[in-house]
Amino acid sequence: MKKYVLSIAVLTVLLFVSCSDDSNPDEPGYEPIPYTLELPPIFDRINPPSIPSDNPLTEEGVALGKKLFFDPILSGDNTLACAGCHKPANAFTDDATLSIGIDGEEGIRNSMPLFNLAWNTNDFFWDGAANTLEKQVLEPVANPVEMHEDWENAVAELSAHPQYPEMFSKAFGTSSIDRDQVAKAIAQFMRTMVSGNSRFDKYLLGELELTESELNGFDIFMDEDRGDCFHCHGNPFNPLWTDNQYHNNGLDETFDDRGRGLVTGDPMDFGKFRSPSLRNLAYTAPYMHDGRFETLDEVIDHYSEGLVYSETIDPLMKAVAEGGVQLTTEQKEDLKAFLLSLSDPSFINNPDFQN
Amino acid sequence: MKKVFLLLLFVAVLASCKSDDDSTSSALVQFQFSQNWDGTAVTASDIDNTVYTNENGEELKIARLRYLLSRFQLSSADGSNTLLNTYQLIDLSDASTMQSDSQVTVPEGTYTVSMIYGFNDEDNVDGAYADLNAASWNWPTMLGGGYHFLQFDGMYNVNSSEPKPFNFHNGTARVSEGVFESNFVEVDLGTITIDGDTTINIQMNIAEWFKNPNTWNLNELDTPLMPNYEAQIMMHENAQSVFSISQN
Ligand code: HEC
Ligand code: HEC
Repeated sequence: MKKYVLSIAVLTVLLFVSCSDDSNPDEPGYEPIPYTLELPPIFDRINPPSIPSDNPLTEEGVALGKKLFFDPILSGDNTLACAGCHKPANAFTDDATLSIGIDGEEGIRNSMPLFNLAWNTNDFFWDGAANTLEKQVLEPVANPVEMHEDWENAVAELSAHPQYPEMFSKAFGTSSIDRDQVAKAIAQFMRTMVSGNSRFDKYLLGELELTESELNGFDIFMDEDRGDCFHCHGNPFNPLWTDNQYHNNGLDETFDDRGRGLVTGDPMDFGKFRSPSLRNLAYTAPYMHDGRFETLDEVIDHYSEGLVYSETIDPLMKAVAEGGVQLTTEQKEDLKAFLLSLSDPSFINNPDFQN
Repeated sequence: MKKVFLLLLFVAVLASCKSDDDSTSSALVQFQFSQNWDGTAVTASDIDNTVYTNENGEELKIARLRYLLSRFQLSSADGSNTLLNTYQLIDLSDASTMQSDSQVTVPEGTYTVSMIYGFNDEDNVDGAYADLNAASWNWPTMLGGGYHFLQFDGMYNVNSSEPKPFNFHNGTARVSEGVFESNFVEVDLGTITIDGDTTINIQMNIAEWFKNPNTWNLNELDTPLMPNYEAQIMMHENAQSVFSISQN
């Protein structure tokens, strides 16, 4: 991975040198400056992030994306930014059960935290409705229960803005603004949002010792006889702490929200949702696609005693006949301590991701 | 300049003549993977859908089937071995995993084909492969670490009022705390004749997991099986007859 960063750095310098003569965006041959994505050492363990070749990270693109992310200009009445439902202090989700749009209407789902998205090679959203991050950005802006904005209008406002036209031109080398560039810039910014510096990461890197309780909790998480969480939520060699696959984890007997089934139309996908990452749970309550659980204790109780059977339940919910894996009070406390050790305060406080 | 070019051409032609002289023609060999239930093809569309009856009479549905194969080897009668030292994580739900990206070139002739089901001890190193880590394919360190060889999840007794989950997962066997037994299988896939470019199709008969030599009773052995030493060894024994090859 060091090599990877190094080669990006070398490339950056090369491009920089080669561009220094024609750094005016209006000149042909203009290239924005490549952005060096600094990866925490723990990310050595998995494949490098997948950055689409038609939207490489650039300094100008990321800076533009960040400004757009925090700017309510993309909403119908200029009151709600992406960051309104994806707040830094909440690891870029929000604390509402169901997200509320500009017209005060509730959506049907709990907002999702945003980090390590560059490694998701599956689709986005709880149900995988968007297959790239670029396509995903287009959705909330136009969604009537979210930002409820007409894209033409948004582009017109950006074009009339005192700063945006120049920023777009620097990021994309063109004189006009279009919605695909908005999507590309925000997608670039979101790909830089990397979280990999939790207590547990430091433990894996040999930088600190975990408490007895955290270690016990980790054992429960990894033990097929007890928690058996790792088949869906990853393990110490997968710093994403999710498989990004769709599962029904035994929440309901019948489904108000068909989840993955909405996308595929297949009844055997009803009630399946993409496994969320277990990083940063300290900041991301409430939990599940509909925010039904206020606390981690409720989540753990669900897996321990609260499972219900439905036709699409994942067979990894092995103890469904008994309602769950039946953890003792002490085991629950330990599991919770471990889960919380995956939270990364340096991520939510990183000035690169703040307005 | 021209002279140099001619000289190079000469050398190139000479070199190619030489290799033509002392070898028979060679063939490109590729590998692909398929699954069946006692001869009936099983594909992604059967997932969560088709009901199968195993040897012991349990009716089941497949929810997930992933497995790891490695070290594909062609051995000729004269004792020379060609090893395709790679691994493949095959996922029933993902058609792109049914074809290996790697290939080998071998002289035409008759070969014995073999491979390793899972990873051998040299390859089965905790956390060593970034793509397998990203697929959360790891086998817990407390059970000996390395990687899963097989993850076969589904429901059985599906036509009863109470279908039950099974998690047929295979990897290193834990004898007791801190004591482990490697559990990979060197699978002899039989003999083939290669007379021209060919694709070797490595088939998994899923039904065999429940059959031979151990008739599997899911009602007794459904889950958890990973920490269950006897179950791990029974899977190992049954793995031998699961795989076979055909050529296309
Ligand atoms: C009204 C609240 C709201 C606003 C405003 C909003 N989002 Fe979201 N966001 C959500 C909800 C709710 C989901 C989950 C939607 C679903 O699964 O159907 C989500 C999901 C996402 C995801 C998917 C993450 C993943 O892991 O799949 C991304 C990325 C995202 N939003 C980015 C944005 C961006 C960029 C903006 C601004 C252009 C934005 N959001 C504006 C509520 C909001
Ligand atoms: C079969 C796969 C699977 C297994 C095994 C599993 N989970 Fe989950 N988990 C999911 C899915 C899918 C969701 C999202 C479900 C939804 O919102 O409908 C989820 C949600 C969660 C959440 C909420 C996260 C959030 O941001 O909302 C937590 C916490 C969690 N799981 C912890 C655990 C723990 C602890 C275990 C082990 C006791 C476990 N999971 C086992 C698939 C699984």
